[in-house]
Amino acid sequence: MGRDTLTGSRIRERRLMLGLRQAELARQVDISASSLNLSEHNRRRIGGKLLVDLARVLAVEPSMLTEGAEVALLSTLREAAAALSRPVAELDRVDEFAGRFPGWAEVLAHAQKRISSLEQTVQTLSDRLTHDPHLAASLHEVLSTAAAIRSTASILAETGELEAEWRDRFHKNLNEDSQRLAESSRALVNFLDEGNTSADRRGVPQEEVERFFLEAGHHFAELETSDAAAQEVALQTLIEESGALVADAARTIAREALRQYCADARALPLAALSDVLSEHGSNPSAIARAFGVDLPTVLRRLGALPPEVLGQEAGLVVCDGSGSILFHKPVAGFALPRFGASCPLWPLYTALSRPQQPIHREVVQQGRSSVGFDCYAVSWPRLSADFDRDPLYHAVMLILPKREASDAAQSVGASCRICPMAACAARREPSLLKEGF
Amino acid sequence: MGRHVVLVEDEPNITEAIRFLLTRDGWKVDSHADGADAVDVIRAAKPDLVILDLMLPGKSGLEIIKELRDSDELPGLPVLMLTARGQLKDREMAERAGVTRFMTKPFSNTEVLTAVRDLHAQAGLNRAAAGGREGERTDLAERAGQG
Repeated sequence: MGRDTLTGSRIRERRLMLGLRQAELARQVDISASSLNLSEHNRRRIGGKLLVDLARVLAVEPSMLTEGAEVALLSTLREAAAALSRPVAELDRVDEFAGRFPGWAEVLAHAQKRISSLEQTVQTLSDRLTHDPHLAASLHEVLSTAAAIRSTASILAETGELEAEWRDRFHKNLNEDSQRLAESSRALVNFLDEGNTSADRRGVPQEEVERFFLEAGHHFAELETSDAAAQEVALQTLIEESGALVADAARTIAREALRQYCADARALPLAALSDVLSEHGSNPSAIARAFGVDLPTVLRRLGALPPEVLGQEAGLVVCDGSGSILFHKPVAGFALPRFGASCPLWPLYTALSRPQQPIHREVVQQGRSSVGFDCYAVSWPRLSADFDRDPLYHAVMLILPKREASDAAQSVGASCRICPMAACAARREPSLLKEGF
Repeated sequence: MGRHVVLVEDEPNITEAIRFLLTRDGWKVDSHADGADAVDVIRAAKPDLVILDLMLPGKSGLEIIKELRDSDELPGLPVLMLTARGQLKDREMAERAGVTRFMTKPFSNTEVLTAVRDLHAQAGLNRAAAGGREGERTDLAERAGQG
């Protein structure tokens, strides 16, 4: 029996685990108990809004009901195979492997997750060293002071007959430099210590904004109203009361992102959007037509919806005309560099080079997973053109995970530094992974 | 061949240590801490060798070396670059800009002295070789004129 034909059994199993009576669950999703009974015995197909409602009441992802827990394991095993960058002969027997050797499959999946986590850490540290001017200046200060100390100490230790005047001067220099080294290294440790709450030591403001949105699950019930004035009040309260937003720059960035969220929520009200999604699915063009709004608004809005409303997980990336990432919402399996340069093969950048032309591509990320992603991207003029002014474009990309990539899926990376695609025309620099980092 | 070095470094205690080392080794050392007018200082001094920090106030060491290499005033001038940035791409960038040798901080005194002596000796050999070729060309021209 196929995985998706056991949806009813999983619903029953989950309901019993929660100690919920069949009649009670049926009442909560607005169907009859007899109908639910048929479904639980896999005699009636479940999908669409009913599936989403059942998943919400049972507090699980819809995919857990349709595909079961083992899907995550299989996906991770395929990811491990893809990371090899060469064909694995038994890839089509991954189900059999996981079934016959569940213990070893778990070991392999755990190792793959750890590799992915370490790659992400490498990427993050690499981004910080390259793009954080505060960190670069601190390291320069430490190393320059260490160089002065080393040279001076070496002169004192190795010069046989040193005049008293020189000796005193070098002792004084050594004393000054050792104090400087102590201060600069302490400042560096404080800067790197993420637990420190001082505003100027928390790293780049985007990290705070990222934490703020992650803590909220990228969804703000307080802003889901058509009243713009009420939204603005709620927005200010959210920012004022957030423990994640410390630096003024972070608050400014978060305020701008939330105002965009408010405008999108007014254009596509949650309740009405939920109905359209149940009826038409998450096709961006259909939603844009149904509401008479532009595609960038639809993509941003879909990317910010909770999974229980959208019916699946979604990621989102917004960049400016230079390609710099302004905002991102991560999604499992699709690696997003935090602030550094990302892969130029992303449909996001195709959209940037073809202003206002909607782009839909199925992609697979090399070295990460065999899971595919439907990417919808479009750019829009944030500042319209005039006779004496060029337009200023931003681009947005919605990332929707698929169960498996098709053969037509376009290969992309995350960032050159952690990408295993050796023969890539878009490569900017060698991969750290290739060098056995 | 002279032994005159211009040291462009904004860290005063590094400057003092290198000045001490090189002076004892028989060098005349002029130091300068600002990147903005470092090119003018080097052009005016016409040294035998330059020691240049990468991160300087006013103008970076890379910009300074590019300006020097773009003009023909000081051809073959050996430049030793000192930097806290030791990544491969930094080294490659410095070499492309025209740096003769690249040294990461913190360095040892022996390394600095060895590098300075090597660069100076190599520059002398290069000049001698260039002079020899020029002499050969002159001889050939003279013989051709006589023939």
